[in-house]
Order: sequence, then C-alpha cells, then structure tokens
Amino acid sequence: MEFIGYFDEVFQPISFMLLLIGTIGGLILGATPGLSPTMAVALLIPFTFQLEPAQGLILLGAAYTSTVAGGAVSAILLKIPGAPANIATTLDGHTMATQGRGAEALQLSFISSAIGGVFGVMLLIFLTPALSKWALAFGPSHLFWLAILGVTVIGTLDSNSVVKGLLSGCIGMWLATIGFDDIMGAQRFIFHPELSGGINIIPALIGLFAIPQVLTMFAQGRKAADAEVLKVQRHPIGAAIRETFRRSRSLTIGTGIGAFIGLIPGVGGQIAGLVAYDQAKKFSPDRKKFGTGHSEGVIAAESANNAMVGPSLVPLLTLSVPGSPTAAVLLGGLLIHGIFPGSDLFDNHPDVAWTFINSMLIGQILMCIFGLYVAGFAARVAQVPQSVMAAIVLGLAVFGSYSVQNSMGDVYVMAALGVGMYFLERFGFVAAPLVLGLILGPIAEANFIQGAMIADATTGRLPYFFSGMLNLTLIFIVVASVVYSVWMEIRQRKLDRKDKEAHA
Amino acid sequence: MRKLLTGVATALALAAAPAVAQDYPERPLMLMVSYGAGGATDFQARIATMTAGNEDALGQPIAIVNKPGAGGRVGWNWLATQAEADGYTLGAYNVPHFIAQSIEGGVEYSIDSFEPIANWGADPAVFVVGADSDFNSMADVVAYAKENPGKLTFSGAGLFVGHHIAALQLEQAAGVKLAYIPNNKGGAGAMKAVIAGEVLGGVNNLSDAFRAAAAGNVKILGVFDLERSSFLPDVPTMVEQGYDIDNASVNFRGVMVPKGTPQEVIDKLAATVPAMFESKQVQSKMEAGGSPMKIMGRDEVIEMWKARQATLEKLLAGL
Repeated sequence: MEFIGYFDEVFQPISFMLLLIGTIGGLILGATPGLSPTMAVALLIPFTFQLEPAQGLILLGAAYTSTVAGGAVSAILLKIPGAPANIATTLDGHTMATQGRGAEALQLSFISSAIGGVFGVMLLIFLTPALSKWALAFGPSHLFWLAILGVTVIGTLDSNSVVKGLLSGCIGMWLATIGFDDIMGAQRFIFHPELSGGINIIPALIGLFAIPQVLTMFAQGRKAADAEVLKVQRHPIGAAIRETFRRSRSLTIGTGIGAFIGLIPGVGGQIAGLVAYDQAKKFSPDRKKFGTGHSEGVIAAESANNAMVGPSLVPLLTLSVPGSPTAAVLLGGLLIHGIFPGSDLFDNHPDVAWTFINSMLIGQILMCIFGLYVAGFAARVAQVPQSVMAAIVLGLAVFGSYSVQNSMGDVYVMAALGVGMYFLERFGFVAAPLVLGLILGPIAEANFIQGAMIADATTGRLPYFFSGMLNLTLIFIVVASVVYSVWMEIRQRKLDRKDKEAHA
Repeated sequence: MRKLLTGVATALALAAAPAVAQDYPERPLMLMVSYGAGGATDFQARIATMTAGNEDALGQPIAIVNKPGAGGRVGWNWLATQAEADGYTLGAYNVPHFIAQSIEGGVEYSIDSFEPIANWGADPAVFVVGADSDFNSMADVVAYAKENPGKLTFSGAGLFVGHHIAALQLEQAAGVKLAYIPNNKGGAGAMKAVIAGEVLGGVNNLSDAFRAAAAGNVKILGVFDLERSSFLPDVPTMVEQGYDIDNASVNFRGVMVPKGTPQEVIDKLAATVPAMFESKQVQSKMEAGGSPMKIMGRDEVIEMWKARQATLEKLLAGL
C-alpha cells in the first residue's frame, strides 16, 4: 500500500502538467505510423535532462502507456498498426471503421486499454517480487516452446484457410532469416547491403498492412469516389462501456494473457495482442464473427497490449534487466539521473519508483478520457474520399518507414513487401500470420540455438528441451492447441457437409 | 592565360582552405550511432555530445542518429560507404567490435576506412556469476573448467564483440576449454542468463555488472583490464589472479569520421572534442550513469586501433 502515499507527488502542478503532456503527446506519437512506443520514449528522453528524476519519469511513464494505446488509432482508422502490439487490433477494428463504426471501435479500444492497463500496473504494484521470479523462470528452452506455441496460432489466425495461414507464416519466417543472424553472425539472403540488418519489423508492418489497402483504393479509382462517402455513425460512450463489460469473457482473456505474456522478457509485447485475439476467438461462441468487425476482437487485442505495459517493467525495476526494447530506453532515462533500477530504486529512491508507477496508473485513466473525447472526431477520417485517403496513407507509410532508422532502405523494403502482399491477398492470403512468422521466427531460432549450445555443454538436448515442469506444461499447451484446431476444422467440415446435404 | 588560371585556382584553393577551418562548423553536426536508442553506446554518446553547442566547444549541437542492426555492421557499413565526408557526419566507434568484424570479413570497412577523433569511454569486460554461485574467484572457475572440460557454460553479448574476445583470452591464458554461449539480446540478455541461472557464469560490461552487483544479483570475480576499476576497487584484475590477459577486450567508445574528411576539419575536431568530453557536466552525468570514462586524443586512438588490429588478428586467426 506504500504507493498510495506517493499519489500527491503525481498531483503536484508541474508533475500533473507533465503527465498531461506525456499522455496527449503519447497518444499523438502513438497514432503516427512508424513511431513505436520505444521510439516515442527515446525521443522524449532528452527533455528529461532538465527535469527532476521523478518528473522526468512521469513524462516517460505516461508517454509509454499512451503510445501503446495510441497505436490503436492508426490501426483502426488507417489499417497501419503503430507497433507489433496493435496488429490484432487491425483485424476487427479496421473492418469496423470501414463499416462506419470507427467511433465505436475507438471507444472500445480505449476503454479496454484502460481496464487492461490498470490491471497490469496493479500487478506491478502488488506482485512485483513474486513476478520477478516468474520472469526469470523462462530460459531458452521455455522461450523456444513459447514461440512454437505462437506458431500454432498462425494456422487459426486466418479464418478462411489453415493451409494458406501456415504458408503465410512460413513466408514470414523466411523473411525473418534475412540479414546477419543474431548469434553466429552468419550472412543469409543479403541481396543488397541495405538488407544486412535484416527486415525491420516496423517498416514490414507498415508495408504489409497499409500498402495493399492503398493499392486497392487506387485500383478502384474515381469511379467509386462518390459512392464511397461513408456515414460515420455516432456512438454514445455509455453504450461502449456497456458493450465492453458485456464482452467480459474477451476482456478477461485479453487482460490475463497480456499480463502473463508481457512479463516474459524478450517475447511479451510483440505477440500478446495476437495470442489474446486468437484465444478469445477460440473461446467465443461467436467465433465466426471474428474478422468481420466484431467488438470482441478489438476488446481482446487492446486489453492485452495495455495489460502488458506494467508487467513488462518488472524485470527492469527489480533486476535491472530490461525485458523489452522500451524498457531498455527507460533504463537509459533512469541512468541519466543517476538512479539504478533494482533494490536501490525501491530502497533509496522510493519517491521516484512509486511516482513513476503511479503516473502510469493515472496515465491509463487520462489516456482513456482523452481518447474517448477525440474518438468521435477521429472516426470522421473514414469520410475522407478514398483517392485522398490513399495518398495520405501512402505519405504516412513512407514517412513512418523512413523515420525508424533514417534509412531509405527501409522504405524500399516497405514498398516491396507491400506490393508483394497486394498480390498475395489476391490469392486469399492475409498479412497477420505472415507478420507473426516474422516476429516468432527469430525468437524460436535464437532460443533453440542458445538452448542447444547450453544443452550440448551440459545435459544433452533431449533432457534440456523435454524435462522440467515449465517445459512439459508448455509442450502440453502446444499439443492441446494443435489438437483443438484440428478438431474444430473437422467439426466445421462436418457441419458444412450437413448444411450442403440439407440444402440439396 | 593558363598561368593566370592556375594562379587563380591556387589562390582560391588557399583562400578556401582556411575558410573551411574558420567557419566550420556552421550548421549542426550528426553523430551516427550503430546501436539502438537506449543502449549503452547511444546513452553515452548522447551525454558525451551534450555540450557540443556551447561556445567554448563546437558552437553547434550534435544530433544523434541511430542506425542499428547486425551488431553494428549496418551503421559502420553506412559510414564507410555512404556517409558524406564533409565533416558534418561523425560516427561513434566501438573497439574491438568493428575491428574484429572487419577481420572476420563480410563488411565493407576496416580501420583504414575511418579517421579517429577522440575516445570518451572505456568499459572493461568483467567475469560475473550468480549471487548464490559456489564460485568465489577465477581460480574456482578455472578449477571447475579443468575438471569438466567444455562444460562450463557462460554467456556474453555475441560473437566478435569484446565479451567474445575476453572469453577467447581466458581460454588461452588458463589453458581450458569453455562453452561460450553468445546471446542474441546483447549484454542485457547475457546478464539475464546469469541471474536466472541458465548459465554458470558470464562475461559482461563492467558498467552493467556494477549495477547488477549493487542490486545483489551477481558477484564480480575479475576484470579483463590492466588496472582495477575505480568503480570496483575490490575486484582484482585477471593478471593479479595469475592469468596473462591484457586489455584487448576493453570496449572503447569514441568519435570518428569517414576517410576523406578534410584535414582541417579533422584537426579542428581533434582539438575541440576531447576538451568537450572533459567538461564537468559530461563527467558528472557519465559518473552518475555508472559509465567509466577514458579520454584519449586522436594520436593515442590511432595507436590504440593499430595495436588492437595486431592483437585481434592473432587471437582470431585460430578460429
């Protein structure tokens, strides 16, 4: 309960102003394609040089929380996920926006973000010591199985065809091998020097999601211009709140999975949204509606990616080990003020530690209020004529890809992947499994190699990967996930056949 | 006529040359960091250059531009082949990383592609074990490795970086076979592997290990440097513990420019940049962040690069 005593720190005039600036600025930065939470926080660090440590961290904490949620704005309205965390949001969120239900989608996303986020920060406040042990429990073999568990999701993410989903996943995994490999430094598929760093995930996301859509808009040309003016439905906030709680199953699944996966160093943030989306779909009686603008999809994905924010900082704050790229940037922000995370932080600078954590808590709520306020206006983006919209999205896509590491190479990668994806979509492939392959490939590979090296020097590979409670549990979930998918597929086919027979 | 033209050209060249040095720099400069934002190199580069805009320094700010990827190879390739050598594009170097990579091959740079300006930091590698480990000195570690050849697992930030060099030196000096496990998440990932007990020990940066030890998560058993560190006065060097290991693995960080940058610019930078690193503001921020400083002028760095090239060629020849 120590944290309550430090709340007045957050409500000091200057601190609260910084909190507001961080939240609103974070939402805007997060909504800008290409600016991932990591980059947004890195951009803000120089501003903290002049501030007190606690004030600087308020700014960074608020920005971190709200950029993650802000990513949903571009995911829903433009179909450009701001960060890997928002991929799952595009699946139902953007569909809703094209149906004129953008305001509803944004409201749902902000409310579920806030609920997931507050839960995540609460975990950080009350369970940090226990959670830090849990975060360390995941060694190379466990991370390998966890990545494999993610791979089992690939097949079911695409509702149309398991085979095409798996094939897209394989393409993604192949793309992930391009460049110098992380561990051995071997060069793979470097067709051009610009590719030596591998395919950066942010330009890939922008290309795979935004470009096919831009090309489709251009292909439709002017003829559809007047027919396409969408009526943006107004949506009362109260209805959105009721809807969120009516879908409490998805909200619980999203929050729980987000908090659980967010804790695991190195994996968390990127796949939390997608795994939560997939699980919510498997457990939902309306699973067929997922992907067609179903509210549960948005709720699960967004509650998951904000629930991960709090737990993802546990390894940093307790062990001084940054568990995610954003945490690494926050570490720099702490060090610059001479504060070492770890026991030093909570023992000698409790004011800084708790003010930081409290600011994330208040930040979640402010983010939600501000987000709900602008949701109605923001949704009118859908009214912009398609030809204009295509040009704007294309401009943002180029800008976003370039800004990641100031490299034209990334822009070419974005364009090439985007054009490739446009044609793949013609053949019924979808982008989400491909991106999941791109994210999971390196995690599975690097952890397998590391695990194998450790195993070879010690117990041997078989016992290393197949013994221990955690390994066996993960393997069991992998098997269960595969069996469940196969069973569902078979049942579906039977139903389809019966349908046909009934009609015949 | 021809004489006149040559005369004019010479006069112009003469007039232009000092002008470059006098007016330089007339716009902000850019420092390329080949690691991501928030990493140790990026963090230190930002502090080291924070006073560049002051009148007594360069009078123009230095902007940090990150070009991460492939262990720094992407950024250094860019600096060697694509960056403009106009004096406004600087780069941060990490020795021994870029020299070891150039010896390993597959990159477009070597020490001849760059001109060093000044060195700001030196982060030695240290040997760490978990806080509850049975090892209490390097002798314990080596004794275990002698009894179990090839079974002593220890982590480090990757291949062909300072940690890997330190690992190779330890194997050679102690005459044992070890199992070096390169981590794909850099120093932070390697440290996590030690704290979580995935490996028996690890080579890591002194600055990060110092923090982890202060938090009570690891023990530091030895420093891969010629002298003890002021941050860790109680931890003996490898030489003190009987292993003939020099400072070849120490991670030196500093500023360089691409080859072809005008000599006047190099001279001007070489004269002002070390003084910039010595400013009180920079020193106190570096100290607060637990980043050991070592300021060296251009001539010293040229010597250091050459010495590293020779040592590393010998060390890596056996791989």
